[in-house]
Amino acid sequence: MANSSLLNLDGPRGPKPRKIISRRNIILYGTLLVVAIYYLIPLYVMIVTSLKGMPEIRLGNIFSPPVEVTFEPWVKAWSQACTGLNCDGLSRGFWNSVKITIPSVFVSIAIASINGYALANWRFKGANLFFTILIFGAFIPYQIMIYPLVILLRDLGLYTKLPGLILIHTIFGMPILTLLFRNYFTTIPEELFKAARVDGAGFWGIYFRVMMPMSLPIFAVAIVLQVTGIWNDFLFGVIYTKPDTYPMTVQLNNIVNSVQGVKEYNVNMAATLLTGLVPLTIYFISGKLFVRGIAAGAVKG
Amino acid sequence: MKSIEIKKLSLNFGEVVVLKDLNLTIEKGEFLVLLGASGCGKSTLLNCIAGLLDVTDGQIFINGKNVTWDEPAHRGIGMVFQSYALYPQMTVKGNLSFGLKNAGLAKEEIEKRVKHASEILQIESLLERKPAALSGGQRQRVAIGRALVRDVEVFLFDEPLSNLDAKLRTELRVEIKRLHQKLNNTMIYVTHDQIEAMTLADRIAVMRDGLILQLDDPKTIYNAPANKYVAGFIGSPGINFLKGTISHNDKPIFKLEGGWCESPDLSNYKFQESIKAEKQVWLGLRPESVMVGDEAENMPVNFSLEVEVFEPMGADTLVWSKIGGQEIRFMVDGNTSVNVGDTLTVGFDPAHASIFDFGNEERL
Repeated sequence: MANSSLLNLDGPRGPKPRKIISRRNIILYGTLLVVAIYYLIPLYVMIVTSLKGMPEIRLGNIFSPPVEVTFEPWVKAWSQACTGLNCDGLSRGFWNSVKITIPSVFVSIAIASINGYALANWRFKGANLFFTILIFGAFIPYQIMIYPLVILLRDLGLYTKLPGLILIHTIFGMPILTLLFRNYFTTIPEELFKAARVDGAGFWGIYFRVMMPMSLPIFAVAIVLQVTGIWNDFLFGVIYTKPDTYPMTVQLNNIVNSVQGVKEYNVNMAATLLTGLVPLTIYFISGKLFVRGIAAGAVKG
Repeated sequence: MKSIEIKKLSLNFGEVVVLKDLNLTIEKGEFLVLLGASGCGKSTLLNCIAGLLDVTDGQIFINGKNVTWDEPAHRGIGMVFQSYALYPQMTVKGNLSFGLKNAGLAKEEIEKRVKHASEILQIESLLERKPAALSGGQRQRVAIGRALVRDVEVFLFDEPLSNLDAKLRTELRVEIKRLHQKLNNTMIYVTHDQIEAMTLADRIAVMRDGLILQLDDPKTIYNAPANKYVAGFIGSPGINFLKGTISHNDKPIFKLEGGWCESPDLSNYKFQESIKAEKQVWLGLRPESVMVGDEAENMPVNFSLEVEVFEPMGADTLVWSKIGGQEIRFMVDGNTSVNVGDTLTVGFDPAHASIFDFGNEERL
């Protein structure tokens, strides 16, 4: 009796079957699809327009794909578009931005990570006060500091020069990056730090040999934040540089907003896409690390 | 010879006093266990000895040298942590040699020491692995190895077995004991597990609120606890405390609160000083010193009890009962059949009991 009821496996068994086309799924995927299209339409329009010639654009069908694909606007945006008297396209701005971004990212992350490490592990006297001041700095609107910094840079002889802008980016990256690193380092078990001290490692030994190798995700997060932030910066770029040293964003604005002559929509779109390409690439490359780092910092922050 | 001397050690975290005026001397080759509930200051004391915390006051000597201001690496200590604290990005070999490289030792010497330590701990086959690829027991072995290669006089263990499962814990416990017998180093071992303390220690220091309540060999701590807290902390199942009074005419008589059919004579209990007046006391009675059945008849004190609850534990069965309204636990042989409501004859010898003052809870 007991045996037969054990062997009888009629009725529900195993995973519950689910219909692929159900009301729930239609609503769920439908909504996601609509939202995704809504977000991607502007990008689509930009890409399509940048591949059209001017006559085709004048027809006014902004959603239609190009009849005749041309890369002329991209070439023009990169190397021929005019801003003021210079007619060498965005390429100059691109290289300026590279020269600004790489040192700013490197220096700001190097300093901030050491700050964060010292604050998290070497609770020196006044560490809390120092940290509070730094965090307070993160909440002061940039506008307040613009003019004093102009004077400061002028006195240092760095105004309108690239090193000046690099200095500005390094300073403004400090509060948020220090917070990021401090919070990450506090999640590393304290016993590891103690063990390294018993093993005779000093301040730098622990930083380079124990802490840094364990913190690659948070370095990736910091790099993504800084590269996108500095690359996309417009305000500091327009204030602390001059036409020769304008970063790409400022130059893009000058191309798109020029008032003389015909509006070359295709060139403008291509120029915009070119400018956005760098942060986008960084995002795709480090996407996974980025999410991991953010999560690691968030859960136990 | 003295290995470690701690003189008048105090430590405050801001307003909070963690250790106060603590004195402790540890002989060379001794295995000392610091035992206490969490928050009693035992780990803090260990961190002070290691030099990982700055002390507020007092001195620490290791091997006759005042190391109060020395860096952890220069104190001649090796430390093993609860969470293993292995460097995750280094191989086992890298973990073992990290401290030696920092000390600037020659390559051949490092090789030699790593080889020696890995032989002792049987981790030779794991040397090229990363910690993530090791089991808990293997990780802890590597952590012990990291202390071993430093070739130091003093080993500090901070709850090294607490993260392991019960079976591994007993295995590694024996290994640590073997290691101590082989190396004969001074070892200080922090734990909240009284079984670890009893099995490993030459001497146990029971701590509470930053003070050492009793420092003695395990047998003395178990059989003659200095106060009620120590008695209650050591032993599983825990000691019974019976509230009552002692009156003294020609011999000391215990009177249980809530009544007892006969008042037991405590004259073969070794009082530290004889009782003159009537006194409120706790009578501490370990479950295993309560005898049952025929053996109970031969005890100086015996009486009968009714079984309320019983817990079979294999070798023994733990019986819960009440006497004069107070709870009492005792063991019967695991093969005896016990039922709820049975009446058992039990007895004990006052010589094996502990009596504590009701007020200050000190041993009488």
